[in-house]
Amino acid sequence: MRGLLLVLVVTIVLVLLNFLLPALINPYLFQILILCGINVILAVSLNLVNGFTGQFSIGHAGFMAIGGYTSAALTYYLGPHVLGKAASIGLSPAIVGTSFFVLSVVVGGLASAVAGFLVGLPSLRLRGDYLAIVTLGFGEIIRVIILNVNAVGGARGFADIPRYTNLFWVSFFAFVTILVVRNITTSTHGRAFISVREDEIAAEALGINTTHYKVLAFAIGAFFAGVAGGLFGHYLMYLHTNSFTFMKSFEVVIMVVLGGMGSITGSVIAAGFLTILPEALRPVKEFRMVIYASLLIFLMIARPQGLLGMRELSLQTFRSLPFRPGKKRTEGAQSG
Amino acid sequence: MQEFLQQLVNGITWGSIYALIALGYTMVYGILRLINFAHGDVYMVGAFAAYFAARLVGAPGPVSLIGAVLVLLIAMGSCALLGVAIERGAYKPLRKSPRLTALITAIGVSLLLENLGIIVFGPDPKFFPQIVTSRQMELVSGVVVGRHQIIVLAVSVLLMLLLQLIVLKTKIGKAMRAVSFNKQAASLMGISTDNVITFTFAIGSALAAAAGVLVALSNPKIDPLMGIMPGIKAFVAAVLGGIGNIPGAMLGGLIMGIAEVMVVGYVSSTYRDAIAFALLIVILLVKPTGLLGTGMAEKV
Repeated sequence: MRGLLLVLVVTIVLVLLNFLLPALINPYLFQILILCGINVILAVSLNLVNGFTGQFSIGHAGFMAIGGYTSAALTYYLGPHVLGKAASIGLSPAIVGTSFFVLSVVVGGLASAVAGFLVGLPSLRLRGDYLAIVTLGFGEIIRVIILNVNAVGGARGFADIPRYTNLFWVSFFAFVTILVVRNITTSTHGRAFISVREDEIAAEALGINTTHYKVLAFAIGAFFAGVAGGLFGHYLMYLHTNSFTFMKSFEVVIMVVLGGMGSITGSVIAAGFLTILPEALRPVKEFRMVIYASLLIFLMIARPQGLLGMRELSLQTFRSLPFRPGKKRTEGAQSG
Repeated sequence: MQEFLQQLVNGITWGSIYALIALGYTMVYGILRLINFAHGDVYMVGAFAAYFAARLVGAPGPVSLIGAVLVLLIAMGSCALLGVAIERGAYKPLRKSPRLTALITAIGVSLLLENLGIIVFGPDPKFFPQIVTSRQMELVSGVVVGRHQIIVLAVSVLLMLLLQLIVLKTKIGKAMRAVSFNKQAASLMGISTDNVITFTFAIGSALAAAAGVLVALSNPKIDPLMGIMPGIKAFVAAVLGGIGNIPGAMLGGLIMGIAEVMVVGYVSSTYRDAIAFALLIVILLVKPTGLLGTGMAEKV
């Protein structure tokens, strides 16, 4: 009961914030907040692949692109029909529109998950740097293919995507991502992911189906990257393949490593920090990226294991959440 | 046939440039197991160093042969210094940290060089002076080869031969091979691994600079972000041939250059960037260690 109450309170607060914040802070700050949330989803989902399963992937931007373009195409091409149908039988367009948006984001995520499954397959033969470079290649191939699809704008970019993303949906999906990754990695079952990272051969010898877990990690990671892409497109109302180059993948990898491989809270903090930092450095103009890069090098030399290493920041409140691992009732309650 | 031959000539020229950059990646990877993402930006710095050196020797006016060679040497020398500085400043403190950390640092160094380049050289493209006048000559009927292409090919082959000579015949080359085989054992045998690593960075960066100068010669537009894509592709070329393997890097570079030019010529220029990676994925799936790579036994 207490848990449900907490979820209810958090939801109400988020809905209120969603409506109040745009009035209180300027649109620029609000946008940074939204981007923070999207980056949290990206970093935490990549951490499942890179940090917990030890499969080095640097193609996250590709998955983000697939999800972004799929869901944007759905709301752009199918959305008006759905809304028209709904209006003819007297349903509220706001509610139907929002539900269709959420559905399209999830479908985008599923499309990415399928791609993640395909990209995960080479991980059965390749490891380490070779896998990294193959994922990078996949990401770039996805980008170039999208660049050649005229239905989604090709080189001109995909414009006029309806804006549905707001603070509520971003934080909702960020919450779900954190919850899923946390529950996977702390459950007895999910220990298999970590065993693959620690020693694949030993894990195999213990009877763990490493193939299954590696591909699963890729698919889940890609799913949430796709969701992040969907949110991204429906916020900016415009998508261009230039947003999904390998530099974007690097950005996410940097968040994961800086936060600490294998620390979810670390990824969250690093995602926030690395989203805000370049913006905070704007007053120094052209030296902005130089300072950003130097700071990155300095941080890596000073703290090679990342800000949090493998630890999690645990507040007492975190403990009282209803979704503690090991309790049976957590299983079905994820829809929150 | 004639068109195919022409494409082949262009492909080989591009390929030799990829090969020169790939050599730096493969040598550093062979010794440190580090993907030095900043390598593509060293290539960019090489082109800019040559741009300023060309002014010193009298460009945009006519430049003598000695002047042109001087430009190349100045670019190579300053990039060798840059490579040593990067290694000492950024990578050496991380020798004992996890490899991923070093990788992120490499990305950081790459970002740093690009943005310093934007500040120092300005964000707009600059036009590299024509220090060697271009001239076309006919090879076989209808197949045209430019003087620039011949220079690119000649200089890169010369440098590759020189590198093979250094690696296979000199004492420091022997030390490099030893360190790449087993760093710890090499240091127990009295090899100063730090010096060998520094030397590797110097050579690799000098080769990248040479590639930068050669590119600037035939494509005279240079800008601070020009190193990103060729850098990544040269790395892919190194992986394609079998990373850590010097002949492999040359082969990978050639395949990459030819494949790319063919795709632009016969398919569509928009798929130019995808073909490299598609090729890579196919080859890695068939032979996970690259074309000339040797497999390593799995430790159980």
